[in-house]
Amino acid sequence: MESIILTVENLNVFYGEHQVLFNINLKVHEKKITAIMGPSGCGKSTLLRSINRMHELYKDVKVEGRIYLKNEDIFQMPPEEVRSKIGMVFQKPNPFPHMSIYDNVIAGYILRGIKLKKEERDEIVEKNLRSVGLWEEVKDKLFKKGTFLSGGQQQRLCIARALAMNPDIILLDEPTSSLDPQATAKIEELLVDLKERVTILIVTHNIGQASRISDYVAFLYNGVLVEFGPSTKIFTTPENKVTEEFLSGKFG
Amino acid sequence: MIKSFKGKTGEGGILPPFAFLKRNKSEDFIFIQILKASALLVSIVIFAFLVTLFLSSWPFVKTYGLRALVSRVWDPINESYGALPFIVTTILVSILALLLSIPFSLSVAFLTKTRNLSERVKDLLTTSLNLIAAIPSVIYGFWGLVALAPIMRILQLKLGYPPYGVGIMTAVLVLTIMIIPLSASIASEVMKLVPEELEEASYALGANTYETNLKVILPVAKSGILAGFLLSLGRALGETMAVTMVIGNFNNFPSNLFGPGNTIASLIANQFNEASGMHQSGLIFLGLVLFLITLIFNFTGNLLILRRVRK
Amino acid sequence: MKTRKYMDKIFKAGIITFSILTIAPLFIILITLLKWGINALNLDLITRIQRPVGERGGALNSIVGTLIITTIATIIASPISILAGVYVAEFPDKLISKITAVSSRLIAGIPSIVIGIVVYLWCVKPMGGYSALAGSIALAIMMIPNIVTATAESIMMIPKDYREASRSLGANFTRTTLKVIIPFALPGILTGLLSSFSRIAGETAPLLFTSFGNPFLNLNILKPMSALPLLIYNYATSPYREWHQIAWGASLILILIVFLVSIISRLGVKKWKA
Repeated sequence: MESIILTVENLNVFYGEHQVLFNINLKVHEKKITAIMGPSGCGKSTLLRSINRMHELYKDVKVEGRIYLKNEDIFQMPPEEVRSKIGMVFQKPNPFPHMSIYDNVIAGYILRGIKLKKEERDEIVEKNLRSVGLWEEVKDKLFKKGTFLSGGQQQRLCIARALAMNPDIILLDEPTSSLDPQATAKIEELLVDLKERVTILIVTHNIGQASRISDYVAFLYNGVLVEFGPSTKIFTTPENKVTEEFLSGKFG
Repeated sequence: MIKSFKGKTGEGGILPPFAFLKRNKSEDFIFIQILKASALLVSIVIFAFLVTLFLSSWPFVKTYGLRALVSRVWDPINESYGALPFIVTTILVSILALLLSIPFSLSVAFLTKTRNLSERVKDLLTTSLNLIAAIPSVIYGFWGLVALAPIMRILQLKLGYPPYGVGIMTAVLVLTIMIIPLSASIASEVMKLVPEELEEASYALGANTYETNLKVILPVAKSGILAGFLLSLGRALGETMAVTMVIGNFNNFPSNLFGPGNTIASLIANQFNEASGMHQSGLIFLGLVLFLITLIFNFTGNLLILRRVRK
Repeated sequence: MKTRKYMDKIFKAGIITFSILTIAPLFIILITLLKWGINALNLDLITRIQRPVGERGGALNSIVGTLIITTIATIIASPISILAGVYVAEFPDKLISKITAVSSRLIAGIPSIVIGIVVYLWCVKPMGGYSALAGSIALAIMMIPNIVTATAESIMMIPKDYREASRSLGANFTRTTLKVIIPFALPGILTGLLSSFSRIAGETAPLLFTSFGNPFLNLNILKPMSALPLLIYNYATSPYREWHQIAWGASLILILIVFLVSIISRLGVKKWKA
């Protein structure tokens, strides 16, 4: 029996006078991979970033509507709390260059001044590096800075960093678009494994990727949620003509 | 100037006469030599300064060696040339000013990095800092003498110190105001270079503004900010007029932070015109020392900035 | 948990407070300057030269002195600095360019009093006396870094298409530089010139041992000459009330010159660009 972990209700987002998202209603299933797809500029990232309230860092962005995480209104919580329950991985891998690999994994704790005992820290680092398949590769170099890692490894480190906070959901914003095919494949594999542990919401412009890994697909076009449903259905018999055109590659 | 020629290929195109080509080349040659000469002239200025200062301090160094750097009594009339009080005071005043300026310049830098602030406010801040930097040093000195010193006098009375008004602390305060624009602008520039993704990653992990700025942005911008501090220190060390006017012209170690003293620059400003012979040579020697100290700080600071920008 | 919130609030309040405090001195000083300076602004100030205490004196000789010394300094500094800047911009890979760029930055860091000493040794001693020319030379040295940088940066901003178009038309390097590059870079170069001008107009230390000062109106650059900063320094540190008054007036005039030239350079260049 699947349950809904995140509900987006009547979400409208404005950049100044310009409206970018129109009345988005979305239900995200727990411990599944939901892909948000659409052509460039359709508002996918905007939608994603609304969920962990990243827009509040910027002036001129107005967010209207409600978002419920496990039935709690996230706008009634302090933003830091929201972000500790909803993690994010960015398009360009961004491990902190001034921290070692070890510290990068537990960065969420370090930054928020949460003191952990050494055993706890060691455990978190190992567990999450294993989860992303990096442990064997870096276990001897934990205290070096992560800049020598390849793009794919850096991105997996960022995923480990997000996982270490034990979030309910992880948001990924086109996480493989700057990576080569092998690294991409590794991460896609990883995400499929991870969904047992955490709900995944991934923005991707790569139709193939979405079809490979997602359980549900949300198709966004010009800021409107055109269609949403199980991937099996959407990829074979989409209801909306625009969805069909996008999937058949008629426009990017 | 360009004549029509039947070219070698017989196309009837325009082929510049050989003479014209030759003139072009020699023109270029001369012009580039002139350019090179100008560049060379600029390049040797520092060197020329060093040579001049060395030569003119030589009489002094020949007679007194480097003892002036560690002796404590400056009394040219009695042939005593101890410059230690001035060296100590110079370094003291400059470092205090630098330390005092740090929270201000960092605050301005953090503020300019935030995106939650309108551009107009940030521009106001930058323009104000530029204006502060544009005010001539002698006006700072004048203001310090007439407006700040009386306040310091009251403070000193309250704290039980002799009410000089002028002195080390007054000089430090004026100097701090003067060097903030430089370190603030370098710190801001350097912080701007910190990639936005790192900032967002920090917020995405649940950190707040205080934590993101202090534990991510600041450490990543560290070396550039340090460079800014070095350059500000260099500027503070060489600052003359404002300090001269409010430091009290006292040729010994300051008895306390509120007392009067003299930096190398203020000593020279006060005594050079009346000095001659060994006295003058001694002052020139001190000028050389000051020059070398500031050279080291400025060189290192610039090096750090270049390395940053290359990354 | 609560401490994090407090620290965040303190931090935000802190950076705003410190930033406001940073700007405060500007207003305090300008207001003080205006208040006292306007009182001192009278006809005497700009029509009379320095006089002993008790007689009605003014700043005329200093105003004239500042204008003469600063202008001559600009004339001396400009050709060398602009040409050097052109070299650095056009041949950035050559060793001389790199050395020039570094030297230029280092010159900017030389304490102004040291510049005064060196120019004293180069000019005043050999000439047997103080002179406005020596003062101009000292100020010119201080202008070099700004003008070199302004020139080099302006030129480097020019898209290489213009250079290539000129060369492809058959112009050599010299003509391309003189007729295309420099005219294009002129706004930036002028900004550099004017901002240097306003900067050195307020400098005192380099003039202390070179131009020295002169209570009389002197137009001979081979003789000592007064300047506003020198006047302010001498009068401000004197014990006479009337002289303090004059110093305030002179300070106001000096600030007006500095700010005016600064504003003109920014606006004038914008207009030129348009």
